[in-house]
Amino acid sequence: MEEKRPVVLELKNITKSFGETEVLKGVSLTVREGEFVTLLGASGCGKTTTLRIIAGLEYPDSGEVLLEGKNMENMAPEKRSVNTIFQNYALFPHMNVYQNIAYGLKLKKVPKAEIRNRVEKVLSLVQLDGFEKRKPAEMSGGQRQRVAIARALINNPKVLLLDEPLGALDLQLRRQMQHELKRLQKKLGITFIYITHDQEEAINMSDLIVVMNQGKFEQMGTPSEIYDHPMTSYVAAFVGSANILKGFAQKSGEEILILKNQDGTLPCMRNGYPIREGQEMTIAVRSENINVWREPKTDHWIRGVIREKSFAGGMLRILVQLSDGTEVVISRQGINFHYEIGEHVCLEWNPEHGVLVDMEGQR
Amino acid sequence: MKKQNLWGFCVLPLYLFTLLFVLGPMVYMVAVSFAANNSSGYGFEWLFTMDNYKKMTEPVYLKCFAQSFRLAFSTTALAALIGYPFGYFMAKLSEKRKKLMMFLIMVPFWTSSLIRLYGWIIILQVKGVLNGFLKAVGLIDKPLKMLYTYPAVLVGMVYALLPFMILSVYSSVEKMDWSLTEAARDLGATPVQAFFTITFKMTLPGLLTGVILTFVPSMGLFFIADILGGNKIVLVGSLIQDQLTRGSNWPFAAALAVILTIMTSLMIFLYRKITHAKNLEGMF
Repeated sequence: MEEKRPVVLELKNITKSFGETEVLKGVSLTVREGEFVTLLGASGCGKTTTLRIIAGLEYPDSGEVLLEGKNMENMAPEKRSVNTIFQNYALFPHMNVYQNIAYGLKLKKVPKAEIRNRVEKVLSLVQLDGFEKRKPAEMSGGQRQRVAIARALINNPKVLLLDEPLGALDLQLRRQMQHELKRLQKKLGITFIYITHDQEEAINMSDLIVVMNQGKFEQMGTPSEIYDHPMTSYVAAFVGSANILKGFAQKSGEEILILKNQDGTLPCMRNGYPIREGQEMTIAVRSENINVWREPKTDHWIRGVIREKSFAGGMLRILVQLSDGTEVVISRQGINFHYEIGEHVCLEWNPEHGVLVDMEGQR
Repeated sequence: MKKQNLWGFCVLPLYLFTLLFVLGPMVYMVAVSFAANNSSGYGFEWLFTMDNYKKMTEPVYLKCFAQSFRLAFSTTALAALIGYPFGYFMAKLSEKRKKLMMFLIMVPFWTSSLIRLYGWIIILQVKGVLNGFLKAVGLIDKPLKMLYTYPAVLVGMVYALLPFMILSVYSSVEKMDWSLTEAARDLGATPVQAFFTITFKMTLPGLLTGVILTFVPSMGLFFIADILGGNKIVLVGSLIQDQLTRGSNWPFAAALAVILTIMTSLMIFLYRKITHAKNLEGMF
């Protein structure tokens, strides 16, 4: 992230309720020019509402939206220099591709010749040359997607909002469009605010990921920050599919902290937190970092029973149950795994793979 | 192949019904329109004559056609002007209120339309409800003559046909994808621009259907003009009825009906040509 770039969009403590439901509970965000920001979260977490508030299709109950430093309070969507790519594309079915894309420019009374020129350019940008006369109904999902992108981009928005734009496409097309969107964003230098519930998509494309949960921003950071240093158990579980384990502080060193629970001891990094002995704490350990042995090989390990084994996508997924019922997922490359279902095993991991989470207000 | 044959068999009754009860009477009507009237009373003679059609060119009958068209046009236009906003806003109500509105629109259908028209007489007559109200408010000194005028007939026609307009507009606005209007706003359209470039165009099929559903019946409805217009407004419909009963001139009535049917079909044909309405909601 280049800190020198000017701020293009700011959200300040936005709240929004629909009836009794509090959808946004005070979210703040600063986006710099040219950044690719992803709002990542499960459905119903408030990410689409956040986007609609930026677009002006919804007004916040309190808080401010600043676009290029200007307060957008009561500013109608047509007066904002942002454009949206809707989840269902929202192409106008009674217009052909040309008319759809030219719509915004026509409203701005841009001369006809210039419109023609710009439509042509943007069509070749999204690789749809020659599709001017097609109606949306005569196109495939991927092509409609490109038209939606072109229709938004032709207006040169300061910020482009994308509401799960790839949600309706099949996996292969989705991967291809991910690359293409990223390429477009880099080429045009436009700020993207992208919504998805797919953590892989977020990690592949973003400069900044904002993980949302129940109307709040749980954590903001670069993909590697979010993946390697989750701050909360929600982020760890949602983004890294990590195992969440609980224990009580037993022994604290300068670097390494050992927790203890009913099944053994759990090593993790202390990360400079002040630790009280006996304090209950939560750590996240990702499935690929856990080793399975019959006999312990190091000083710290927990016991469990193998319950399930399944093979998918070149990975073996092993489910181990602890004595209190907690399920731990372990993944292995390849199919070789010499332990049987029902067998008692020891689970170990390198202390650096144990990440303390949910430590807010503890430092 | 076998399956298709079976299907063909299943729809056979439909064809038979149409043949017997729609096409048959039509052919009979056209045939009768070329027959000669039996001047000595009921019935007619099977002679081929153009007299019935020639008779229609008399000014009194031409005036009657003109009046019918004028009334049908005004009725349709007025119904569209009232019905479109009505259907539009109705579709935007909450589910609960939508149901209530639908119920309120349906209620009048439970009573015979003839009886409801007599209700209009009570409202519009010289000593009626409306005059009483206007007088009480102080807007008029002397009661207005409203009943047995052209506006009274127009009100009655619009009243009778408005539900068809409302419901066909409603059904197309109901199906409207509002993210399209949001997209238009997002691309720089004001609410008014978004309405005319997107919403109106998308709901046009409903309006067009409504126009046909009001125009066609309003060409034929005659009892409203009879009841609310007295004997001043004579429509083709009432003329046909008159010739069939009191005038006892069946061939002329048939000829009038043939021309009315042709003209109405022509209007629909032209209308569809002009509006390019290929897919009228729920029709054709």
